[in-house]
Amino acid sequence: MGALPVDIKAIVPPALRRQRDIHAGDRRFFHATRAVALLVTLVLLGLLVQLGNLSLPVLQTSGFGFLINQNWDPVAGDFGALSFIHGTLVSSLLALLISVPVSVGVALFLTELAPRRVSLVLGFLVEMLAAVPSVVYGLWGIFVLAPLVRTEIGPALREYLGFLPLFKGAPYGVGMLPAGILLAIMITPTIASLCREVFRAVPVAQREAALALGGTRWESISIGVLRATRSGVLGAVVLGLGRALGETMAVTMVIGNRAQISASLFAPAQTMASVIANEYAEATEELHLAALAATGLVLFFVSLLINSGARFLIWNVDREARGGRSKKAGTSQVPTPVLAVPQGGES
Amino acid sequence: MNQRSIPLILAALLSVFFTVNPARAETLLLNGAGATFPYPLYSKWFSEFRKVDPKAEINYQSIGSGGGIRQLTDKTVDFGASDAPMTDEQLAKTKPAVLHIPTVLGAVVLTYNQPAIRGDFKLTSDIVADIFLGKITEWNDARIAAVNPGLKLPSEPILVVHRSDGSGTTAIFSDWLSKVSPTWKSKVGAGASLKWPEGLGGKGNEGVTSLIKQNPGSIGYVELIYARSNKLPVAQIRNKAGEFVTPTTESVTAAAAGALKAMPEDFRISITDADGAKSYPISGFTYLLAYSKMPKAKQAVFVKFLNWALKDGQKLAEPLGYAPLPKVLLDKVTAKVAKIQAE
Repeated sequence: MGALPVDIKAIVPPALRRQRDIHAGDRRFFHATRAVALLVTLVLLGLLVQLGNLSLPVLQTSGFGFLINQNWDPVAGDFGALSFIHGTLVSSLLALLISVPVSVGVALFLTELAPRRVSLVLGFLVEMLAAVPSVVYGLWGIFVLAPLVRTEIGPALREYLGFLPLFKGAPYGVGMLPAGILLAIMITPTIASLCREVFRAVPVAQREAALALGGTRWESISIGVLRATRSGVLGAVVLGLGRALGETMAVTMVIGNRAQISASLFAPAQTMASVIANEYAEATEELHLAALAATGLVLFFVSLLINSGARFLIWNVDREARGGRSKKAGTSQVPTPVLAVPQGGES
Repeated sequence: MNQRSIPLILAALLSVFFTVNPARAETLLLNGAGATFPYPLYSKWFSEFRKVDPKAEINYQSIGSGGGIRQLTDKTVDFGASDAPMTDEQLAKTKPAVLHIPTVLGAVVLTYNQPAIRGDFKLTSDIVADIFLGKITEWNDARIAAVNPGLKLPSEPILVVHRSDGSGTTAIFSDWLSKVSPTWKSKVGAGASLKWPEGLGGKGNEGVTSLIKQNPGSIGYVELIYARSNKLPVAQIRNKAGEFVTPTTESVTAAAAGALKAMPEDFRISITDADGAKSYPISGFTYLLAYSKMPKAKQAVFVKFLNWALKDGQKLAEPLGYAPLPKVLLDKVTAKVAKIQAE
């Protein structure tokens, strides 16, 4: 070892010098972080218990019927969440359908194709979009998107795709379609910036290997980057989906708020989050409050189900990638190298 | 200067906080929560009353009538506020007993987007009910034409717009429809949130208004104040006496006067479809909800405030678009305020 170049007593503060047990801090840190982690679990459990407790009156009267009943009549006291479950799922899926190709495209352009400066500015702008509060999106939805859907997008879709049941009826401006478009815009920055991080983490050597084998730029991206990051991209999509499922204010403002199940995307609909936001403040009947709490509970479980499904998918993709060609371990967020790339510099 | 000094600093901060605080202890804080509709007026009242009684600090959260009633039942506030009177069931759950103090009146108006209408547009209760039930679907319907002989209305579909959020406005509107249309009463009923047979839902007065503005051929309902401040076109409604009445603060006050004969002791009455030739039929009270027994200091301030609101406060209502209580009713309400007792 030899003598240290500096006097250690001069650096270590006197308080620490007195303590013999220098690992006390480590232990305290461990306990503190563990407590915080436990707290999160407790909050989640507490939420679940509270929601279950509040929704007891409805669960007792209608039980699972609550999930398959389409009717929501606060005056008659008949409550079913089916049309809201439908609204939440369809609007979120529509949002993913629009957003995922755009987001992945944006992320690929930023990491693979754009010049550095452009990439910096564009990347910053994308992240700015994520910081806009949802009520602002909602207002934009009412004043810009809804008229656009009513006068331009809707009629165009009806003219060319009107034979599909999806585009039947008159577009009012508000409805499932504008809600899906608005959600797509809201989740794009989330998915795009996460995808960008995922793509960035792919070693340059992997792209170069594809190029060295005579691949074109597209082939290097599709083999070297996209295949390698499937699980990471999937993770980004799941986070985006989470935001879409729970979004409340913006959706309420453009979805038309009608408890019905219609095949047409022009028709007004209602989501679980938006019915709670709409009716909770003025709900006085016990059963009505319970039905709203039960809707919250259903939303909780729907999110849980979708998230665990996605986790399973990611795990599967990961395992396939690991078990396939390379023994290198990869987690969901770190891109898994698929090509066996010789590492090390060769000039 | 590390962990040991943190408690010291905390103690120092706390002592500063507690020594400063007694200076504020002179004021008496009353907490209230409830209806959003009267909030602009109430906040004006509270700040004006502060000039009358500098010690009174009244804090009001406009969380909605339903929330106000829930908080009153849970005793987390000193008073509540609601657009609709509490039900017998709700009253039974709240102790000490609750007194309803009507403060001002509001009204619901029908507004529309129909470029063919230039001047007045008249509607009767059965036409409105059938439009919102989806039975009258076109603007050139014979029944609409019959009450608007001068108008040439196009054969365009009518788009119905309603509130999507639970609201006192919806409660008054549906209460009126339930009174005038047996079909509405059996099919839809009255309440703050409804299962609408027809139309699009917009969140808040502003949501309804923007849907109406964007969709030619639409009709919906909003608060009178909102319609006035946004200069929306409003329909004249035929009242019980058979007269077409334009919604104004005067015609709303007239509705309260028209309902006077039927006024119960506790003021829990709906004044929609009221008697009187000048009464606007879709009107309603908004109430402050007071416990009949309050802690002594709070009771003194609150009673003083209520008496002030019923006297000087009424003059502040009209400029903000609220209809003041009719003079004949004020004495009765003042007598009710006197029943709020100190513990």
